Amino acid sequence: MPKIDRKLISKKIQIVKDLKKIIKSENVLDHEDQVRPFETDALSAYKKKPLVVVFPENTKEVSEILSYCNQNRIKVVPRGSGTGLSGGALPLADSVLLCLGKFNKIINIDYKNRCVVAQPGVTNLSITQVVQHKGFYYAPDPSSQIACSIGGNVAENSGGVHSLKYGTTTNNLLGVEVVFMDGTISRLGGKTFDSEGYDLLGLITGSEGLLCVITEVTVKILKKPQTVKAALIGFPTIEDGGKCVSQIIASGIIPSGMEMMDKALIHATDNFVKAGYPRDAESMLIVELDGTEIEVKELIEKVSNIAKKNRSSSIKISKNENQRLKFWAGRKAAFPACGDMAPDYYCMDGTIPRGKLAEVLKEISRLSKKYNLPVANAFHAGDGNLHPLIMYDANEKNSLEKTEKFGADILKYCVKVGGVLTGEHGVGVEKRELMCEMFNDNDIQQQIKIKRCLDSSGLLNPGKVYPILRKCAEEGRIHVHSGKTKFPDIPRF
Amino acid sequence: MSIVEKQNSPTYQDSNSTVYPEKEKEVSNLIKKFYKSNIPIEIVGSGSKRKIGKPLQCAKVLNLSKINGIIEYLPEELYIKVKACTPLEQIEKELKKNNQQLAFEPINFGYLLNGKSDSGTAAGQVACNISGPRRFKVGSVRDHVLGFRGVNGRGDIIKSGGTVVKNVTGYDLSKLICGSYGTLVVLTEITFKVLPLPQESKTLIIHDQQLESASDFLDRSISSSSDVSGATFLPIQPENNGCMMDVEKTFKLNDLKHKGSLTAIRIEGSKNSIEQRVQNLINELKIIDTNISILETYQSEIFWNKVKNLEFFSLSKNNILRIVVPPSECIKLVYQLSNKFKYFLDWGGALMWLEAYELSEEMFESIRKKVVKLGGYVTMIKNSDYLPYVEDVFTINSDRFNISQNIKKSFDPKRILNPEKMYTGI
Repeated sequence: MPKIDRKLISKKIQIVKDLKKIIKSENVLDHEDQVRPFETDALSAYKKKPLVVVFPENTKEVSEILSYCNQNRIKVVPRGSGTGLSGGALPLADSVLLCLGKFNKIINIDYKNRCVVAQPGVTNLSITQVVQHKGFYYAPDPSSQIACSIGGNVAENSGGVHSLKYGTTTNNLLGVEVVFMDGTISRLGGKTFDSEGYDLLGLITGSEGLLCVITEVTVKILKKPQTVKAALIGFPTIEDGGKCVSQIIASGIIPSGMEMMDKALIHATDNFVKAGYPRDAESMLIVELDGTEIEVKELIEKVSNIAKKNRSSSIKISKNENQRLKFWAGRKAAFPACGDMAPDYYCMDGTIPRGKLAEVLKEISRLSKKYNLPVANAFHAGDGNLHPLIMYDANEKNSLEKTEKFGADILKYCVKVGGVLTGEHGVGVEKRELMCEMFNDNDIQQQIKIKRCLDSSGLLNPGKVYPILRKCAEEGRIHVHSGKTKFPDIPRF
Repeated sequence: MSIVEKQNSPTYQDSNSTVYPEKEKEVSNLIKKFYKSNIPIEIVGSGSKRKIGKPLQCAKVLNLSKINGIIEYLPEELYIKVKACTPLEQIEKELKKNNQQLAFEPINFGYLLNGKSDSGTAAGQVACNISGPRRFKVGSVRDHVLGFRGVNGRGDIIKSGGTVVKNVTGYDLSKLICGSYGTLVVLTEITFKVLPLPQESKTLIIHDQQLESASDFLDRSISSSSDVSGATFLPIQPENNGCMMDVEKTFKLNDLKHKGSLTAIRIEGSKNSIEQRVQNLINELKIIDTNISILETYQSEIFWNKVKNLEFFSLSKNNILRIVVPPSECIKLVYQLSNKFKYFLDWGGALMWLEAYELSEEMFESIRKKVVKLGGYVTMIKNSDYLPYVEDVFTINSDRFNISQNIKKSFDPKRILNPEKMYTGI
């Protein structure tokens, strides 16, 4: 992380006093016991207590806080619900942690324009909840949807199990209100499709809190399909399952969701929720299809035929909504089920071309033996997003380091087969040093220049996403020739 | 050296100072040279959309038409990776072999801008980010670009994204490049997401509706669960001196059974499914005493191609404006623009194409004011002989202008790539 500004920490009393002038004093937390709950997000392996935690209540307050911090060179870390898995909301010891928890209102439900305007602290699920009585829903559904905030979803460009057909956050977002580090409030997009000029909305989506703080979000809502059914298909090998996935897509079917689990996870989740999974199978697919009744029937038939051609050992079709939800219950319990099997687990998030699935899973199993750590695999097969869950015991010496190395090896392999480091969890702190696996110096410099033009002093969420130069150079990833870096005038965030 | 050999040389310059690089590395070297000597350049592919945006006067033209060809197409992975200036026709033909398509329905601007079919290149589509009738369902060009490679204004080769749909590794520069009209990066390689072609298409036409009832039908269709993929209103408008748009002349299809305006709703999918959905839709819309026609796949495709490619306007010498507003505001907008202009609505009312006869810059700015007030934006897509130049082709506010200027600087600090193409000062 960036060097701690000790001088700034010594001014804590004054900073707290100043912040209390900007917002209500009860919304400023500075006692050690008050800030402790905010020392981590859902990547709990990393912890750091912030200097002070603030809870602004409106956009003007956010703007004044940012402007004050910018003038006084104070780092700011934005935070939504803290459910991020890559440490994107990890505080710094010399930072103000800016929490958007009080931005928790739905501002406008607009059926005529088929959108909902919400404050960023509203949870993902509650957007669907306020429109479902009229048959509408919000499509992206990350597994943390009951807790994660819509602002956080925009910052991380969250996906979920339905993104193959319905896209991720960026494809379902119409507009935002944001505050930049210098305090400027801007509206990007609105209720129209696309906006003219540079797609700033697209740029800030998935920017992990490095470019601006989101204070309002406008998302698209969709009408629920008439019929939804799921098929549960078991396979004798992982290769058969993988081939089936590719052939379903190649046949022209875009399922609304297509999930794959390996044997370890089939057993773990079935023990946990008794979902009725095929326990003898080496791999299992949940294929969800939606549309009209006739359409779904046709699609199920087609999918069943493709499965049979790929030596499926069992096929179960959901008979009713309850059974469909039961099929999903196992998949959605993947994380707690792993928690049941080992004291700690570490969730990775690479995306690979679907056709490379069997190859990547083989490599993961080789690495699992090498590191002597068990692993279970959940896979958004439809869009190639892989979530290996590495199980370990944090009480064992060096086990976290070993697990992280294992995880890094998996991600490097994902990149090697043509995939990417992260599909939906973000780079954050966790994968920062791996960025050089995917990008070269030019690519990273261009991104850093964009950061610099919106946050000239590099105060917003520093230490995230982009590699600290020293470390990258040490590992031989950025080429530093005789101590001279390219563009020495540019600060490395 | 023969003329052809000369022209094929990477450093060939014709009398207009046009250079034709063949490889990414050559583009990079050329731009490095231009950067050093402060030479502004116009970036051109096939030139099919060159007339959109402000006219450029650059010392050099960088013609990328030699950087073309399909690099990799994996149907089962749902992507196609192409060199920047691969003709769109070639891409669409290749995809069709595997029953796939670019779902955002690229517009063939040739009819409008050059009087004949010319769908341009992959990079041209990305640079303009203008999508066809399916936009409200599947997203626009920007939602279908998975990654790119290109050269920035310093001559550095950069890349972003990849070949997979789910990717949050670093800033999503693919979005930023879409609709940047070549002002940030000279594209050299693009990866598009592709989707299956729908097996069949049906179009429900409701005849002879007025704006209000048509708009209501479109709105209810999109809000239904029938999964509509096209929703347009083509009004019959009074004869207007000099305006070319004529619905009855453009749409001479056998299955159009009645006269009057056309309110058209498209449904795509497998045969049985779309029959059920069209029937559901007719029930949901409570269409009883209204004249309707149903176009089957063949005619439905012809119909939407004409809508998409703006064939009404193919002979028009007038100004053509593209206006995007929140769908709820479209009726208000039509009223406010009075009956001086001819128009049609697409995207269920969220998009209006307008043909304006004898437009002045003041009138254009007054239209812009009204559109902005309704939460939308307007673009001058084609100039007329009466109004060959407007200062602000695109809409922007001062906030976004400042940010955009900074973004431009981060890619192209000396402003040598298509300078002023979009905005004065960018």
